Formats: sequence, C-alpha cells, structure tokens
Amino acid sequence: MKAALATTVAAVALLAGMAAAQGPTERVTPGTGDDVPTLLVPHAPSSKNFPCSKCHRHVKPNPEKRALDLAHTSISLRHAEAQRWCLDCHEGDRLRLPNGELVDYERSYVLCGQCHGTVFRDWKVGIHGTRTGAWNGEQYYRVCVSCHDAHQPRFKPIAPKPAPIRPADLGRGFRE
Amino acid sequence: MSTMATTERPPTMVSVFLAAAWRVFKGDLRYYGWLAVLLALIGLGVSRYVTQLERGLITTAMRDQVSWGFYIANFTFLVGIAAAAVLLVIPAYLYQFKPIREIVLFGEMVAITAVVMCSLFIMVDLGQPARFWHLLPVIGVMNFPSSLFIWDMFALSGYLVINAILVLYALWRLSTGKEYRLAFIFPLIVLSIPWAVSIHTITAFLYNGLPSRPFWNASILAPRFLASAFCSGPALMLIVLQVIRRFSAVEIENKALFKIAELVAYTMGVNFLLLTAEIFKEFYSGSVHMAPLEYLYFGLGEHGRLVPWIWEATAFNLIAFLIFLVPRLRERLLFLNVGAVLIVLGVYVEKGVGLIVPGFIPDTLGEIYEYWPTPSEGIIAAGIWAAGALLFTLMVKFTVPIYTGEIRAGRARVAEPSDRTPGALAASDAETGRT
Amino acid sequence: MEKTRVSRRAFTKGLALGLGAAAVPAGAAAFDWEAFLQKRFREMSEEEVARTIRRLERDAARRWKKEIRISAAKAMPGVVFGYGLDLSKCIGCRRCVYACVEENNQSRNPQVQWISVLRFRKDEKWSDLEGAERYYEPPAVPEPGFFYLPVGCQLCEKSPCIKVCPTGATWREPDGIVVVDYNWCIGCRYCMAACPFGARRFNWAEPTIPEGEVNPDTHYLGNRPRPKGVVEKCTLCIHRVRAGRYPACVEACPVGARKFGNLLDPGSEIRYLLDHKRVFRLKEDLNTRPKFFYFFSA
Repeated sequence: MKAALATTVAAVALLAGMAAAQGPTERVTPGTGDDVPTLLVPHAPSSKNFPCSKCHRHVKPNPEKRALDLAHTSISLRHAEAQRWCLDCHEGDRLRLPNGELVDYERSYVLCGQCHGTVFRDWKVGIHGTRTGAWNGEQYYRVCVSCHDAHQPRFKPIAPKPAPIRPADLGRGFRE
Repeated sequence: MSTMATTERPPTMVSVFLAAAWRVFKGDLRYYGWLAVLLALIGLGVSRYVTQLERGLITTAMRDQVSWGFYIANFTFLVGIAAAAVLLVIPAYLYQFKPIREIVLFGEMVAITAVVMCSLFIMVDLGQPARFWHLLPVIGVMNFPSSLFIWDMFALSGYLVINAILVLYALWRLSTGKEYRLAFIFPLIVLSIPWAVSIHTITAFLYNGLPSRPFWNASILAPRFLASAFCSGPALMLIVLQVIRRFSAVEIENKALFKIAELVAYTMGVNFLLLTAEIFKEFYSGSVHMAPLEYLYFGLGEHGRLVPWIWEATAFNLIAFLIFLVPRLRERLLFLNVGAVLIVLGVYVEKGVGLIVPGFIPDTLGEIYEYWPTPSEGIIAAGIWAAGALLFTLMVKFTVPIYTGEIRAGRARVAEPSDRTPGALAASDAETGRT
Repeated sequence: MEKTRVSRRAFTKGLALGLGAAAVPAGAAAFDWEAFLQKRFREMSEEEVARTIRRLERDAARRWKKEIRISAAKAMPGVVFGYGLDLSKCIGCRRCVYACVEENNQSRNPQVQWISVLRFRKDEKWSDLEGAERYYEPPAVPEPGFFYLPVGCQLCEKSPCIKVCPTGATWREPDGIVVVDYNWCIGCRYCMAACPFGARRFNWAEPTIPEGEVNPDTHYLGNRPRPKGVVEKCTLCIHRVRAGRYPACVEACPVGARKFGNLLDPGSEIRYLLDHKRVFRLKEDLNTRPKFFYFFSA
C-alpha cells in the first residue's frame, strides 16, 4: 500500500517535472474558454448578402458542386477550389467546420485555423498579422478576414511608394 | 628700434623678434605678388565657406552613402606631411648628419603648418563647427579612451606644441647668439620621434578600427600610412628647402637634399611592398571585400571615376621611386625636383581620395555612389592650402634673418659669412659637443 | 622710399578690409548664447532639462508655426526593446518608410528616410548585401522572383557608433534605444562611417517639412525638429514606445511583417518569436549584437 502510494507520488512528480521543463507555454489570455485574444477588431460582414437566410429561407441550397451563374457571381473562389466549393464552408447563417460543427461569423478565425494551424497559432500569440494599441497593455488584434479576402486570400500586388532620391540628385537646388 | 642700437648693447630676444616681425612686411615685388595670390585664394575660400555654413554641407558632394570626402582626404594627407618632419630629425640628431641638422628647423615649421592645416580641414568638415568646444576636456564631453578622434586631437595638439617649443627655442637661442642647451632640447627631440610616428598611426587607427568599412579594416593600413607619409613629407621638404635656398641667404648643402632623397627612395620601396601585399590579399582571396580595391583600380561596372587617377598616381610614384633609387639620377637637381613633385602628387591622390572614397564604395548596404568633389569643396580646400602656405611663408620670412644672423648683427644688412652662418655655428657646436 | 612704403601698407590694409567685409554674411542674426552653451542632455539636471525644453519648444513653435510638445520621458524600468521583421511577408511597399518620415519629422527636401528597403533576387546571393537594389519602382510589389529587406537602426548592444563618437553625443538608453542629442552633436559623421548598417542620416541642409505635416508630439531624444549639420536615425519612435504605443512602422505595415516588444518580458511577442522562429541578424560576424531580428516565417 505504502509502496503503491510512493510510486504514484513519484510518477506524478516526474510528470509534473517533465511538464514544467517543456519551456514557455503559449500565452493564455485569462477569462476565455480558449486561448484566443480577447480584443479583436471586428470585421463588418458584407451587408448586401448578409444574413444568408434573407434569401435562402425560401431557396433550398443545391449541394451539387458547380460554377454559380445566377447569384454570387462576383465571388471568384481561389482558395483550395479544387478540393472544395461554397457549401463546404457555408451552411445556413453560419460557417461550417470540416467536422460539421457550425461557428458564427464573429469566430470565422476558427474555420481558418482548421487548415492553417501554424498561422493560427502564430496569430494567437501576436506574431502573425498587425496589432495596434499598447505593446505592454491592451493590444487589438484583427481577425483573418480583416486582411485576407476569404475567397481569394492571397494579397494582390500593390503599387509601392516612391523610391528614395538618389544621392547624386539630392543636392539639386542647393548648389550654386 | 633696437635694431638701430649701437653694438655695445647686446640684442635681446624681444628686440630681435620685433625686428624680424617688421621684416615680414618688407620684401620685393615677387614677395608681395605671392602674398597677394595667397590672400586672394584665402578670401575666395572664406567666402565659399560662409556659403557652406549658411546652406549646410549640401554644397559638397558628400552624402549619406559617402559621408567623408575631399576635406578628410586632405586632412589624412597632411597628417602624413606633419609626421614626416621626423624623418629629418632622425638623421640629424641620431646619426649626427650635419648637413641635415641645420635644416631641421624648417622641417619643424612644415610640421606646424601641416598640423594647423589639418585642424582647418576638420573644422570645415564639421556640420556644427561652432560646437567644437564639445570636444575639449572639462567644458565638453570627451569620449576618451573609446573614440580615436579624441586620441588624434591630443596627438596633433601635442605635436604642435612640441614643434612650436622646438622652433621658438631655436629662434630664441639664435637670436641672442647663444648655443642650444642639450639638456633642454634633447628630451623634446627624442619625444618628437615616437610622437610623430604616433600621430600618423593614431590617424590610421581612426579608419582602421571600423569593421563596417572592410577597405580600411585591414592590418596593413597603419604601416601603409607611415610608409606613404615618410616618402611624401620629405619630398615636399625637398621642394620647400630649395625654395628657401633660392629666395634667401640660407645655405643648404646639396648633400642634405641627396640624403633626404635617398631616404625617400627606401620608404617608397616599402610603400610599394605594402601595396603589393594589399593587392595580393584582396584579389587572390577574391571575397566581396575586394570590391573597394577593384573599384579603385579597375572600376565596378560602369563606375570608374577614380581609375585614371590612381593609375596616374601609381605611375608617378614608380617613376619617382626609380629616380630616387639611382644615385646618378637623384643627384641631378632637375630629376630630383621632378621626382619630388611626382611623389607629392602621387601620394596626395593615393592617400587622399584614393583612400577615403573607396572606403565608402560600395557602401554598407551595397550601393555605389560615385563621389567627386564640388567646386565649392575645391575652392575651400585651396583656401586652406593657401592659408598654410601663407603661414609658412610668414614663419620663414620671420625666421630666416634670425637664422642667418642678419638681425643679430645689429643692422639690417647681409651678415659677414665668416662667423655668423649656421654652418660655422654648427662647427663650433660640434667642437663643444652640443646639438 | 616713403611713397612705396605707404602704398604697400595701404595695399595690404585695403586687401584685409575687403576680405573681411566680403566674409561677413549679410543679415547675420543675433547669436543665441543659451543654445550655444547648452550642456549635454545626460549632464543636465531636471530643472535644466525643463528650461531647455521650454526654449526648444518656443523656437520650434516660431519656426514651424505650430505648438510643438517635446517630451523628456525616461525609459520604463525593466524594458529592453527588440524588433522582429518577417522577410517572408515584406512586399517592399515602403509604407513603413513614409509613415516613419511623417511620424518623425524627417526633412522632405533634402530628403531624409530612416528606413531603407533593399530588394534582392530570390535565386542569387544576398546575405552580404552587395547586390542590393533600393531604387526599384515597379508598377506593383511584390515582384515575382524578388524579396525585400528593410534596414534601419539595428539596436546594437555593442554599438560601433557609440564607440567612436568623440563628444558622446550618441549613447544607448537603458531601454536599448540608441539616441542622439541633436544639440550636442558636432556633425563630424564618424558614427556614420562606423555604422555597418548604413542606418544613420545626416542633415546636409536645413530640414524642410511642409506646413501641416509637422508632427507636434515629439521627444527630445527622438523626433523633435532638428537643425542642419547633425546626425539622426531611427529612435524606435521613442515618443510612442515610452508611452506604451507601437512604433509607427509597425502599425503602418499592411502585411504585418514588423514585430516589436519587450525582450525582458517572457510573455511578449518578440520573445515568442525568438524562441519559435529561426531568427538571424545582419552582419552578425561583426559582433555588434543587434536586437533587430530577421526571420522567414514561411
């Protein structure tokens, strides 16, 4: 009996020691169920088509994978479009996770994180994406769709700001 | 004026100095013409400098990529000239080579002039020159011993003081007809030799200690500085001494000039050896750090502004080296002078823009900005050189009458050669064993 | 004899006077002795700092026609700043460069930009920075086959610039920011020769900023308006970070390539970055120990 107790204590101590030796764990924002940042800059949904039930209360979705030509024609899917189509992620007024669970649009990052786990992990601790606010206090995070168009997430090239003036041209107007 | 005094009252130092000072303003038309040219150049330089002060250093061609240029190049060259006075001191005092002993005074005066010019070049290069007092001890903040700049300030100031003391002491003794006191002067002379080497080594270290500039961050930099200083300084002295000999009663034996030329040949040989070492190391190793040397000698891509200049300078140095190496050539004054001019010009380019500018090309982020001095920089630099020439001219004009004994004789006339020339003085010194 | 003597004297006198007159600039302003005799910031007492700042604010308001506030906020205890830059994200758009220019009152003409964005080909050697291009101006970035590397002050722990400054006008604050006292700098540019990263800039002429673009929220050691003839560089937006805000470049980056935080806080994002990403620094062989870390997250 005493030997069994001693072994259990020793085993628990060993496990605790191993856990402690894992190194710094990911930052956990207190007060939430999961370890997602609390201060999020929300992304406004597109008011035109939201909520989906506005139209789809009366129109039953057609589950056959196809190119849409009657509505939603402005959306061009370039996001794993060979493997998925609209109804793999959208269901009713919510988003659909790969395991069938549904999440609200406010928590769209959960859906992104299902496939982009490494980026999700980086985003949660603040090294993916931009934050504003205080580096030592309240930091405001942006949800994925604030920067990435969910249907075409790859950033389009933008025009750069002007190049610096070359040193040979710097003095024009000051020389005699 | 005491110069008109009777021969019973012995001339005092003050009276002699006053008489000599008066002499500075008296000369022939050529003298006034020379002064006028110098003053005109100084005036032009000053006016351009005022513009530079008003507009800022943007009137130069220096930019963030090449942040040191023509002014610092001149400064570097002139520190070498200042240091090279010592090359006359060593044979004069250590080897008791009489013909040179007599002319050490003029070498020291060249050193003083060069140090003054160095300070002027630094002043015109500063963005906020009025704030130079920030460098001084007690009232300012000196980043000593960390910053080589402060070491250089002490070294150059100290060198100026040593040479000024030596010159004034010599003039004092000469003016009153007394002999030099060995106990006083010898320690200073012995101090001035390592000090002269130090000023130039410290200046070399100023560039050497920057790992951001691989062209300068090479062990060869300090020895190369010394070698090029010790051939350009005495070469300049050769020209200066002949000018003094030509325009005054000072006697300078050709033997002295030939000895100096011989020493220059050896130092130029060392300079070439070090250049060879530098070229081998960079081009054989072939790392990215060879880019500045490649820019200098061959150009990088379409950038090659300095290439003709460095090859000219190298050719000048080589020709001069050969002239000075062969006794039959160096002992002919025409060849000697050609060689001297070639060396001064060659080292001026090699150690001036040929050292400073490639240190910044390519810059730390790989950019190539081809710096070339603006007319404003050239005019200000010419003004400083003219100021140095003026200072030296006035010092020589002051010194020569005292040196030759003209004033000591009590009248403003040419002295009797028999008992008043330095040659005779030196002979009597040698007999009594004094310097 | 008399005649020639007079003419010689008159000649030299006239020449000297003429030169003297030519040398005096027209309309020379009254000399500001208080500014000239000002001590170095580090040697000032609290009262002297306050007095100096009042004078500088007054001068700045007169020059820029705007109320300028100059802070003298000290470093927060227990803070050493670190910076991270994600090279797989930077698209070379230069928005950080211009945000910095506006935030930090850099001269527009002559142009001063504290951040340089370098462009390299992906398939060529780049780590020696020799083939860098900074004057690229394509219609859009990123360009295929290239990547971009912004460079500014690397926040070295063993700064060569501090080592060589003759007057001690540049030093490292306790929170790791290398600063310049613009009223103590003599403009010798030794620090510019010493910086291995080309991070320092010189005011080759009097800085000009368009009216209305002057940022009035400044710090003595950072972005306050400065005179010509002194050196300046990135101060990590000292006026922002000491008030708890992010540097302007971090907030301006549209792709989130810039990371910032307190290296002494084990929970900070910069510490997470150092622990989990393979970071490197530029020219590490020079042993200047920068606190500006680059990494590729993808």
